[in-house]
Amino acid sequence: MQEIIKNYVIKEYVEDDTELTYDSPLISGGIVDSFSMVSLKRFLENKYNISIPDDKATPEAFDSVNKICTLVREYLK
Amino acid sequence: MAYSNTTRGMYSDILTGLKDAGLFKQERFIHSAQAAEIEVEFPAGAPLKKVINICANNYLGMSSHPEVVKAAHEGLDSHGYGMSSVRFICGTQDIHRTLEQMVTKFLGTEDTILFPSCMDANAGVFEAVLTKDDVMISDRLVHASIIDGIRLCSAMHDTFKHSDMEHLEEKLQLHNDKRLKLVITDGVFSMDGDTAKLDKMVELCEKYDALLFVDESHSSGFIGKTGRGTHEHCGVMGKIDIITTTFGKGLGGASGGCVSGRKELVELCRQKARPYLFSNTIAPPVVAGVIKVLEILSASTDRRDKLENNTAFWRKGLIEAGLIIKAGDTPIVPVMLFNAKLAQDVSRDLYDEGIYAIGFFFPVVPQGQARIRTQISAGHEIHHLEKALEAFRKVGKKYDILGKSKQEIIDRYGM
Ligand SMILES: Cc1ncc(COP(=O)(O)O)c(C=O)c1O
Repeated sequence: MQEIIKNYVIKEYVEDDTELTYDSPLISGGIVDSFSMVSLKRFLENKYNISIPDDKATPEAFDSVNKICTLVREYLK
Repeated sequence: MAYSNTTRGMYSDILTGLKDAGLFKQERFIHSAQAAEIEVEFPAGAPLKKVINICANNYLGMSSHPEVVKAAHEGLDSHGYGMSSVRFICGTQDIHRTLEQMVTKFLGTEDTILFPSCMDANAGVFEAVLTKDDVMISDRLVHASIIDGIRLCSAMHDTFKHSDMEHLEEKLQLHNDKRLKLVITDGVFSMDGDTAKLDKMVELCEKYDALLFVDESHSSGFIGKTGRGTHEHCGVMGKIDIITTTFGKGLGGASGGCVSGRKELVELCRQKARPYLFSNTIAPPVVAGVIKVLEILSASTDRRDKLENNTAFWRKGLIEAGLIIKAGDTPIVPVMLFNAKLAQDVSRDLYDEGIYAIGFFFPVVPQGQARIRTQISAGHEIHHLEKALEAFRKVGKKYDILGKSKQEIIDRYGM
């Protein structure tokens, strides 16, 4: 899951050759702007067939690949 | 009186912080009318200096056009100075509706509604026509006023990479379950001077049943064979659902803006758009001026043709001088310097040579992409441009950047 999400983030948001780790700060690090979180959320929901409530999709919860994985696992049944 | 010394101190520190970061903006006082040649007081208190202006949005040289000035005078005499009302209370004169109809015809749309500015048009339109069941998909480089409008709207928002049509298509697929999808772009992008691929965007919008929004502020009056805008240039007139544009640039340069497009959407703006409902009407002399501008531009393409020739001359001259410019064919021509300090130094030295052009750097443009944005006008004569080129050559030589590659400039000056 980590690798899938990381690859999505790179493809979607990284326009130069910035290195990304599972712990790189995405939103506070300026890689994903808070506007574009929407597509990340929708991607996760479609990919894992889950529904993440809006109040759980916070900038903090989306701030690294690892944190996103934690969030997704909460909703995977 | 709660403005205590502590509060004052806090704000002073913020301002000092801006100065330390090199982000503090200072105005230059212009003592003449807006034109190719202006008289400038800079810094404040300095003697007036006559310079050639190559950074105004005065694309068609209409800002001080004698016929436009005359029409504004006549409008002032016949319709007064102001209306002291928003449009829907008692702020709509016959000339406001006339102007709306003229803009509709000029842009080839169904209907038009005036706003106090294009900033206001962009701030009001999304909220007026979309709901939380919809999605806005915007180019990542759209103008700040569009971003503000998007923020004010309850619809979902997503972005696509600048001018990347494959990415846009992915986003249209991703959001295909939404009630409405609105694709949002600038026609000509103000910082890079590149043009949106409207033909391709129309095709995608038709394929995925999406609406298309284009901000034509930097195109209305001069892009396209008869100056109608990017939609004319791309052969998709009549296919743009919402156009916003300003009367503060090519179309006269005074103020005002509009939303033009599908008549139901325009009508919804009249019912619901907050800047239309809650901000004063465009002043009568300005309306009269814009009407004259549209008359002039509809009667002849001379001015946009001249602008096109000036632009070609300017772009060719800069390239021959060995400077790096962003490719394109619009009158927005960024001269790339990459380093913020270099951009500021070059701007200052150009000013000493009698050329008024401003450096842009982060956060206005991305880090490492500092530049001098030059903007060409039909008000320029070739001798103005020759003089400006001469100044660029001289200053470029001083900093040893002529004929140098991006990497060489970065190696020497940093990003
Ligand atoms: C693309 C774009 N849209 C809107 C505006 C705002 O226009 P106005 O000055 O009419 O508010 C500008 C002006 O800077 C602009 O560049």
